[in-house]
Amino acid sequence: MTLKIEDVRNIAQLARLQIDDADIEQYATDLSSILALAEQMNAVDTTNVTPMAHPLDATQRLRPDEVTETNQRDKFQAIAPDVKNGLYRVPRVIE
Amino acid sequence: MTRSITQIQQGLADGQFSSVEITQEYLTKIGSFNDTINCFITITDELALQQAQAADAIIAAGKARPLTGVPLAHKDIFCTDGVKTSCASKILDNFIAPYDATVIEKFNQAGAVMLGKTNMDEFAMGSSNENSYYGPVANPWDFERVPGGSSGGSAAAVAARLAPAATGTDTGGSIRQPAALCGISGIKPTYGRVSRYGMIAFASSLDQGGALAQSAQDCAILLQTMAGFDARDSTSIDTPVPDYSAHINQDIKGLKIGLPEEYFGEGLDADVARVIGTAIEAYRKLGAEIVDIKLPNLKLSIPVYYVVACAECSSNLSRFDGVRFGHRCADPIDLEDLYKRSRGEGFGDEVKRRIMIGTYALSAGYYDAYYLKAQQLRRLIKQDYEKAFAEVDVIACPVTPEVAFKHGDKSDDPVSMYLQDIYTIALNLAGLPGMSIPAGFSQGMPVGLQLIANYFEESRLLNFAHQYQQVTDWHLQVPELK
Amino acid sequence: MATWETVIGLEIHAQLATSSKIFSGASTAFGAQANTQACAVDLGLPGVLPVLNAEAVTMAVKFGVAINAEITRKSVFARKNYFYPDLPKGYQISQFELPIVGRGKLSISPEEGVSKTIGITRAHLEEDAGKSLHEEFPGKTGIDLNRAGTPLLEIVSEPDLRSAREAVTYARKIHSLVRFLDICDGNMQEGSFRCDANVSIRPLGQVELGTRTELKNINSFRFLERAINYEIERQIDLVEDGGQVTLETRLYDADKNETRSMRSKEEANDYRYFPDPDLLPVEITDDDIDRIRRSLPELPEQKRGRYIDSLGLSDYIAELLTGSREIAEYFEQALLQGPELAHHLANWIVGDLTGALNRSDLEIQDSPVTPGMLSGLLLRIADNTISGKIAKQVFEAMWRGEGSADEIIEARGLKQITDSGAIESLIDEVIAANPDQVGQFRAGKEKVLGFFVGQIMKQSKGKANPGQVNQRLRDKLKGAS
Repeated sequence: MTLKIEDVRNIAQLARLQIDDADIEQYATDLSSILALAEQMNAVDTTNVTPMAHPLDATQRLRPDEVTETNQRDKFQAIAPDVKNGLYRVPRVIE
Repeated sequence: MTRSITQIQQGLADGQFSSVEITQEYLTKIGSFNDTINCFITITDELALQQAQAADAIIAAGKARPLTGVPLAHKDIFCTDGVKTSCASKILDNFIAPYDATVIEKFNQAGAVMLGKTNMDEFAMGSSNENSYYGPVANPWDFERVPGGSSGGSAAAVAARLAPAATGTDTGGSIRQPAALCGISGIKPTYGRVSRYGMIAFASSLDQGGALAQSAQDCAILLQTMAGFDARDSTSIDTPVPDYSAHINQDIKGLKIGLPEEYFGEGLDADVARVIGTAIEAYRKLGAEIVDIKLPNLKLSIPVYYVVACAECSSNLSRFDGVRFGHRCADPIDLEDLYKRSRGEGFGDEVKRRIMIGTYALSAGYYDAYYLKAQQLRRLIKQDYEKAFAEVDVIACPVTPEVAFKHGDKSDDPVSMYLQDIYTIALNLAGLPGMSIPAGFSQGMPVGLQLIANYFEESRLLNFAHQYQQVTDWHLQVPELK
Repeated sequence: MATWETVIGLEIHAQLATSSKIFSGASTAFGAQANTQACAVDLGLPGVLPVLNAEAVTMAVKFGVAINAEITRKSVFARKNYFYPDLPKGYQISQFELPIVGRGKLSISPEEGVSKTIGITRAHLEEDAGKSLHEEFPGKTGIDLNRAGTPLLEIVSEPDLRSAREAVTYARKIHSLVRFLDICDGNMQEGSFRCDANVSIRPLGQVELGTRTELKNINSFRFLERAINYEIERQIDLVEDGGQVTLETRLYDADKNETRSMRSKEEANDYRYFPDPDLLPVEITDDDIDRIRRSLPELPEQKRGRYIDSLGLSDYIAELLTGSREIAEYFEQALLQGPELAHHLANWIVGDLTGALNRSDLEIQDSPVTPGMLSGLLLRIADNTISGKIAKQVFEAMWRGEGSADEIIEARGLKQITDSGAIESLIDEVIAANPDQVGQFRAGKEKVLGFFVGQIMKQSKGKANPGQVNQRLRDKLKGAS
């Protein structure tokens, strides 16, 4: 699978990654070779094979409905880039 | 300064030295060598001495637990409350973790002392520790060579005896491979054995925390503290933790070791093969029966791994967005700019590559061909191992195809780097436990032997490893630091 | 001009009334100060992991059982990946291919005499996002993550609805059901019950669906009806003018009563769904389902059936009475005192009582006229103590707190006059006082009968038993005794 520059731009957009124009071609090359590696999977037929979600095929444990967490806002917000009045702030989003 | 954990425990108990004294010794040595080896990102000297002091008081009161006062290093992937936790990434350069990982909590409860946070490949993505925001790590056996990755800092620290043991994580070989390249012992337990809570996620279904130490005996001590069910981790398995140290002395006579033919073919360096062969002979002399086995789907493990790991990490790393913690770009003009520049500036190239591969593999139209297919192949790989373990007790094989390479040798081509993982990855896909132990040298560089056991048979692994270390002294070799 | 058919599907997000979040132990209580109920897991800090709340699962299964749906024995959580500041992890944990509740159905009665079955495609569990506040700071948006991680049950209907009226009836029915089941408080103002509508039109007779728009930001049933009706008209006008409907999300503006385009749904997002590797498949056994089924209260459907079959009420009235748990409970409480009063109680509850509640802006559970008081009143009509008309006066007096029916009847002397002698005297009095009208009646003017009835009622202050008056009046006017 060879990726074009446009494909790389689309993927970078989906992943919200800024890629400099100078680097895009290298990314296209590198990503294409990694995808070529992935193509090797087609060598084996997997019809009717159940995908493996967990090595031990375990099922989800359930937690009782209890409030166990206390308010740690100050601690958590001490490491935030922009906080005011207890709210995290980002540039204005227009809906 | 080359004391093992066992020797430190003994020395503290006997009063030969105090925790403050040995902690200070390590801190001094770290101070001398870290600039060269660069295995520590953060050295928590004040905290370490405080913990050591507290430990000495507990020891004096006769209330010591197995690790009370024992200094350790932790891979900078484990959240440590109040201490910088960076995952070797610029995006977390300013991140002071506001809570402790379960593994760290357990070590704290066990009374251990934290020397610092070790260097690693950024977000655990790499096999050489060349992908760190804080610079590469030097292999203590040859500073021009890589220590392996992603737990390169932990491996180098233990190899250079800047820490008696360290924690690491292994997603595709990140404990076993650096342990092999640095000539130390490392263990990756069964998936679900050690809690992932607070262990910053790379690939959720593959990541597992483990230990790097000077011997299997020391690994057993660390694993004893790390292992156990954690209600905060849904993938944690509720099964009792055996006494790992109790079983290491059992006789292995008559037990079967499987040698998978796929591991011994083309691609394995001839001299490394020789070292492995000698190691296998030692096992024969210990009375183990050597059996040939097949793991036919081995070569698929690389593409399967990279699809699964990249898909999962592309999603796991979305939370690094400059909003609630971590790096935020200067003067974002709008939300899109905030996201793109914060992440673009914060992540290194390898991380960005893997995020993009993962994003692509999961995107509309490709899910079946990539992720779903990979998860199906994963089951086939697991089945290969199941068949093998019906016949043998342990599998033995090389850890890496070659010894540690020089810095920069594989930087130009990501795929050639990925192929380094060929012998270690399949294990993570199946969720099985594995170890690497020193088996000799080639061209003056360490060679590791890999041992693989069935689910939750860490005791068996440690037993096999320990028996070998009773009749060889590769694990006692220490590099001369120049 | 073509005749258009409207096709509507509703996506309802019901916030489940658990104490803690779906994947963490933080509180879900409404109204806390910003970010004081957002723990490490809710904030998506590096290294945190989700653990599933048992009660959320039970509540989802309750709903599934109540709508006769398939319960998926091993359902899977999936990540829905997109970037938005109120979504801390950059993905929402939801369910995709294997939702906990599969196909079900619900019957509705949008109007008297009409019954329709609406298909429910699925219902799945997911976590709610936080809140974005755009008016707090100039040039910035503030994010409150208290709500992040609150459990939601997303209920998706088949596109079986054909009008705004049907859509509202269906939505109300789901609303009453989740409250009946005690799994959601249904508070639309607080956002614990949210309806999004997918609306499209197609020429009548066409099988293919038209392009749909998704309507959001609707927080009352009244607005739901208006928003849908506006959108239908907008789409019809657009298409008849030669345009095409765009696949998009539109926000409803209640002030202007219009819908506005929000973002194009196509360009919006490739969600890249995949099973969440931090969570394992959720196993539900037959025993679990039985246990949950046995724990359910009598459901609206069952009540409705019972009201129709055993009590003989109409579909429509039964639907109204089972519209909420509180109304049904009121009715059943009142019924205890007079099982034979079923029809009358039903009529009074949907009529006079509902009218009074609406005027006073009260919920039925806060009604000053309790079930016992109402049945007490209706018993007095049944035993002829008072007439239906007087009963309305008594009702108003009870509403104002003047006491029970008996107390009011006594205090105001409202007992109906039923003594035949008294009735005869009354009639005689009025006949004697109005000879002209008597003459008119004898001359053949039937209508003047009403005049006499009116006069008798006036004379008796409304207390004369109308039946007895009517019985004797005609004969007396004719001259017979």
